[in-house]
Amino acid sequence: MGKDLIQKSLKDSLFTGIIALALFGPIVGLRTVAKNEVLVVEPKWLVVLLIVIFCAVGRFFINIYTFKKEQRRGEASSFGKAISHFLDEKGSQIAIGAIAFSIIFPFMPFADRYWMDIAIMMMTYIMLGWGLNIVIGLAGLLDLGYVAFYAVGAYSYALFAIHFGWSFWICLPIAGLFAGMFGILLGFPVLRLRGDYLAIVTLAFGEMIRILLLNWYELTKGPDGLTGIPRPSFFGLPFKRYPDEGVETFHTFFGLEYDPMQRIIFLYYLILILALITNAFTIKIRRLPVGRAWEALREDEIACKSLGVNPRNTKLTAFAVGAMFGGFAGSFFATRQAFISPESFTFIESAIIVAIVVLGGMGSQTGVVLSTIFLIGLIEVFRDFESYRMIAFGGAMVLIMVFRPKGILAKRKPTITMGKHG
Amino acid sequence: MEYFLQQLINGLTLGSVYGLIAIGYTMVYGIIGMINFAHGDIFMVGAFVALIAFILFALTSIALPIILILVLLIAMVFTACYGWTVEKLAYKPLRKSFRLAPLISALGMSIVLQNYVQAAQGARIKTLQPVIQGGFNFFKESDFVVTLSYLQIFIVLVTIVLMAVFTLLITRTALGRAQRACEQDRTMTALMGINVDRTISMTFIIGSSLASVAGVMFVMYYGVIDFYIGFLAGIKAFTAAVLGGIGSIPGAMLGGLLIGLIETFWSGYISIEYKDIAAFTTLVIVLIFFPTGFLGKPDIEKV
Repeated sequence: MGKDLIQKSLKDSLFTGIIALALFGPIVGLRTVAKNEVLVVEPKWLVVLLIVIFCAVGRFFINIYTFKKEQRRGEASSFGKAISHFLDEKGSQIAIGAIAFSIIFPFMPFADRYWMDIAIMMMTYIMLGWGLNIVIGLAGLLDLGYVAFYAVGAYSYALFAIHFGWSFWICLPIAGLFAGMFGILLGFPVLRLRGDYLAIVTLAFGEMIRILLLNWYELTKGPDGLTGIPRPSFFGLPFKRYPDEGVETFHTFFGLEYDPMQRIIFLYYLILILALITNAFTIKIRRLPVGRAWEALREDEIACKSLGVNPRNTKLTAFAVGAMFGGFAGSFFATRQAFISPESFTFIESAIIVAIVVLGGMGSQTGVVLSTIFLIGLIEVFRDFESYRMIAFGGAMVLIMVFRPKGILAKRKPTITMGKHG
Repeated sequence: MEYFLQQLINGLTLGSVYGLIAIGYTMVYGIIGMINFAHGDIFMVGAFVALIAFILFALTSIALPIILILVLLIAMVFTACYGWTVEKLAYKPLRKSFRLAPLISALGMSIVLQNYVQAAQGARIKTLQPVIQGGFNFFKESDFVVTLSYLQIFIVLVTIVLMAVFTLLITRTALGRAQRACEQDRTMTALMGINVDRTISMTFIIGSSLASVAGVMFVMYYGVIDFYIGFLAGIKAFTAAVLGGIGSIPGAMLGGLLIGLIETFWSGYISIEYKDIAAFTTLVIVLIFFPTGFLGKPDIEKV
């Protein structure tokens, strides 16, 4: 068997090498560079050679490996399966542990500015993932334009805060309301569509909102973006080193030394609370009639219709609720950045959020956390290799889908079961 | 009137490009029922291969018609490799998986392709010197001179020729029969002794080479490309495929022409800043009111 296999593998890896040469030869090997305003081609054959050799050799070893694996099939247990089993068993303890860890996180010795920023970013994505999980995971509607609601939330927060000077806690619900209204507005005409079509239409809506933000200069300042968005205050106490005359600040009120980290830590807790509210809401609503209707609708639309569930209204509520949480996250984003522009709301953001939900295992709240840590962590690790990090990100999406098509936490526990299972 | 005529000519040219991309969407949807999200980026890769080929050939002294044919062939071959590889890596393992899995993996592939080209070729826009210049001018005595450039004639001609060849391929050859059979029932087709995997691979190869021709045309027509062109062109071509009735090949071409016309007239008469909204609005309206498109078969829901 051995010789035959090696011969076959060699042939196969030669073929892989040829394909790799065709793939990478022109695009990598012939880089176009502008010299004196004229494009010339700069050959990079060494890189191509390395890639081709890597592909061919890699293919050879993969062949040998899969053959050996086929010989002892059934022995190896999947790593992912073990994880999801572990999480099923100890799910609630781990969740409590994770929440406890996230509460004490800012006071960890290593939690400097850099780590806090990453933590805030991850929390924002976790919140967005949980919000979108209502739409995708519970109601089964693939929304590729979720970033539109994030944008609506951010812009309505910014506009209200700048023009009316309202505080964060007034603007936050307004922004959520606006985003939710947009969810209904956009959802109303399109929810009759089937999965893939719905995905494309929501994508189109997302892009339309972005184009609108880009071109409606009077309101949004177009590509320049909105600046000077007020920072949030701690129940009316601003985080400022040199406050205006007669205004008490956070550090003077509590008798602390001024430290810019105080604001960062406050922002961290803000998003943590917002995210946990989203999570609690989802867990709660799953047990209410409307949440059950969502999940039933995801499983079988026709059966639902015949049992008297109104699919349009049910889907609309899912869309609106998901959009509302997107809007909350958007207003947090606006107040954290103090600057927003349409640049921040491109399609790639939607893709990242959808990836977080689907790769985590649709409908799994813990899955969202895991995949956020994995994907955003991946983007962070590759931060120094600007354009390679999105390659790694996209590649991870493909790989997870290929090897675990149902996501990291594939097992879906039914929210309701008939009777007790022994 | 003259202005209208000019917009019509421009719209038809643009529509040819969209139509060629739309065929790839419609074929893949017909045969495996998924939206190939990376198709727009395959088109972008085709445009880049064409750009590189044009730059290289500009150094030689080959006659222009031969250069054009060579560039078309080169772009088709290399881009087809991309289409084939993408299918093998990202879609084939997911063929029996649940509905969203291939869509997500296609999304990932699209991100990979875009950023790969950005990493390899740089993020800045690339400009190509005009390859074919000149054209016919009409209504010379009026205020608005209507131009029909040789390039536009070339684009429309190539599209017509390709469409003819392609229609023959689908209707007259064994491969075309196998494809149509796979569209109806893959399991049965496999039982009849047709290699379904090979047929699907061929579908991707054909779709990608048509998209690469669109890429060649795009780079010649606009003269400017970057790694991001695939996204918008992809959505517009998908709209075209839906408009014509997804799964229907003549429909894709018709839809492409319509989208090209709608976009040109919108930017000519209404607003150029919002020209992309025209395509999106069309997409939404079509999907809501005519989800089956012009030439599509109605989708019967079975319990």
